[in-house]
Amino acid sequence: MNRIDIRFASLKQQNRKALIPFITAGDPSREMTVPLLHALVAAGADVLELGVPFSDPMADGPTIQRASERALKLGVSLRSVLDMVAEFRKQDTTTPVVLMGYGNPIEAMGWAAFAQRAALVGVDGVLTVDFPPEESHDAFEHLQRHNIAPIFLLAPTTKESRIAQVAKLARGYVYYVSLKGVTGSGSIDLSAIEEKMPQLRKHIKLPIGVGFGIRDASTAKAVAALCDGVVVGSRIVQEIEDSNAQNVLENVGRLVKELSVAIR
Amino acid sequence: MSYNYPDLSGHFGQFGGTYMAETLIPAVEELAAQYAHYQHDAEFKAELAYELKHYVGRPSPIYHAKRLSQHLGGAQIYLKREDLNHTGAHKINSAMGQALLAKRMGKKRVIAETGAGMHGVATATVAARFGMECIVYMGAEDIHRQAQNVFRMKLLGATVVPVESGSKTLKDACNEAIRDWVTNVESTFYIFGTAAGPHPYPMMVRDFQSIVGTEAKIQMPEMVGRQPDILLACVGGGSNAIGLFYPYIDVPNVRMIGVEAGGYGIASGKHAAPLTANAKVGVLHGNKVNLMQDENGQIIETHSISAGLDYPGVGPEHCLLKDIGRAEYVAINDDEAIAAFDALCRFEGIIPALESSHALAHAMKIAPTMSKDKVLLVNLSGRGDKDMQTVAKVKGITL
Ligand SMILES: Cc1ncc(COP(=O)(O)O)c(C=O)c1O
Repeated sequence: MNRIDIRFASLKQQNRKALIPFITAGDPSREMTVPLLHALVAAGADVLELGVPFSDPMADGPTIQRASERALKLGVSLRSVLDMVAEFRKQDTTTPVVLMGYGNPIEAMGWAAFAQRAALVGVDGVLTVDFPPEESHDAFEHLQRHNIAPIFLLAPTTKESRIAQVAKLARGYVYYVSLKGVTGSGSIDLSAIEEKMPQLRKHIKLPIGVGFGIRDASTAKAVAALCDGVVVGSRIVQEIEDSNAQNVLENVGRLVKELSVAIR
Repeated sequence: MSYNYPDLSGHFGQFGGTYMAETLIPAVEELAAQYAHYQHDAEFKAELAYELKHYVGRPSPIYHAKRLSQHLGGAQIYLKREDLNHTGAHKINSAMGQALLAKRMGKKRVIAETGAGMHGVATATVAARFGMECIVYMGAEDIHRQAQNVFRMKLLGATVVPVESGSKTLKDACNEAIRDWVTNVESTFYIFGTAAGPHPYPMMVRDFQSIVGTEAKIQMPEMVGRQPDILLACVGGGSNAIGLFYPYIDVPNVRMIGVEAGGYGIASGKHAAPLTANAKVGVLHGNKVNLMQDENGQIIETHSISAGLDYPGVGPEHCLLKDIGRAEYVAINDDEAIAAFDALCRFEGIIPALESSHALAHAMKIAPTMSKDKVLLVNLSGRGDKDMQTVAKVKGITL
């Protein structure tokens, strides 16, 4: 068991859904990331997704692209993101942290060195958007050795045979991308999610989180009713962009509180 | 034949693969399956052959650059005239093949990324030819330096979308095209411009471009009684180079040299020559390749005077050919490319693309060191009309 399994088990016992907010590490500043993570937890976050900035975020819309650019401009690297997690763990030893990003920064560090350091600082899961299971064998071995969950995406376009394949490899939870598109785009089609869910559940025994396109409390509530966890990214990153150093913790806290109350 | 790549999952040794977001995995799998089928379909092959002959104008001739060779005083330089294709570059060989596939797959909307604009023009052209909607993504920087090609695409009915993110060049156009594809995956065929990207693109684009080498293999013996000693081609993503090289891989004693963009020089760090500079292996745009990146795995900005070569990666098959020693890779700097551009204009009355000028520049460098009976075949991948603005600027002239 790692923190993700423990967290979902306890949520299940309480018959509650997980709120999984996403922020980009180093946005709006290096110093603000750890306080933001604590603020997310205080406002009701159950699992944290921390974005590792990348120069070419192909799966992201403009909002998260800009966050990534801001962080890179400040020189934020995978190593500094790991340091931020270490800092966060000084005060919070229970909230699961999942790193989300693209494979190349990890490739550059080396999966062995990355997995070792990530485990040491208290990372619980890793999601690399552009590394499908087919290309993840090496990555996996290193993550598994350190009890870090490989988190996989499934999409509306994913065929049943692949769902079964991913189910065998996934740990922690599975992230269902609720729409065809990049982060922050479009609006969610609830009935399509509802339709897909039985097929997902048939193969996946892990909790299923749903994300992409969730921008407000009422959508979060409706989505939560269909799955085990709701991922909210661009809306929170937008709030960070629209805030200043004085009010960002308060603004983000208020938004996340609204979402967490809605899904309870 | 001992050389047999890629494997079924699209790997060229450690390179290549399918590093894509989940939403697009079914799309590339479907494409691979459809291509595997139509590649051997008699009717598909006949239609492609017809279009290449009557629409593109193939076969492209091989031309002996006699005056230039004489001037250099060494090996004989021959040019494979891809610049004479309809639309003025090799790009249409692959755009045509992909458009015919798109048609069979029932896709009515095609998208493309473009750097120099030649692939964008080729895509806009075949889209017009077959009545498809066409969206071309192009870096804002490239839109500026290749304004003529932007106008050509628009005349052909395409929508050109400026990309303002990152370095505003080819790699960013590629990111944006991928974002479009992920959003419109069901209706849209991504006509990829080079022999890179997720499987099956590196293989499929190579196969479509191999017409270049296949023709040369027949033409050279007719012209000089034998195959060339050395093949040369510029390498951006690597499609014109692999198109010339691939049919020759099993021909012994034919050397192959891929010429990358040296920009301000390898030592300056401002170049687009991942193979020459021994760039670390990494993952971008769906494949694992030698990739220009910093120590943290962030892709770094490249520089080349030629927009079509201004890309931090390179196709996976070239990475493999370098690894196994079958092909060599060198870099030519901006100023050397301009000198070769001038030379071809003056000695032969041919205005080459700045991309192709890189391959020519290296041929001009080595020709004088070789005896007069040696034969160099340069892939003249495109014509230079699009580069008037850039060349004029280098020469301090305002048009
Ligand atoms: C004339 C010409 N040659 C070469 C290239 C480089 O592409 P590749 O390496 O795929 O042949 C381009 C790309 O725009 C081009 O326009």
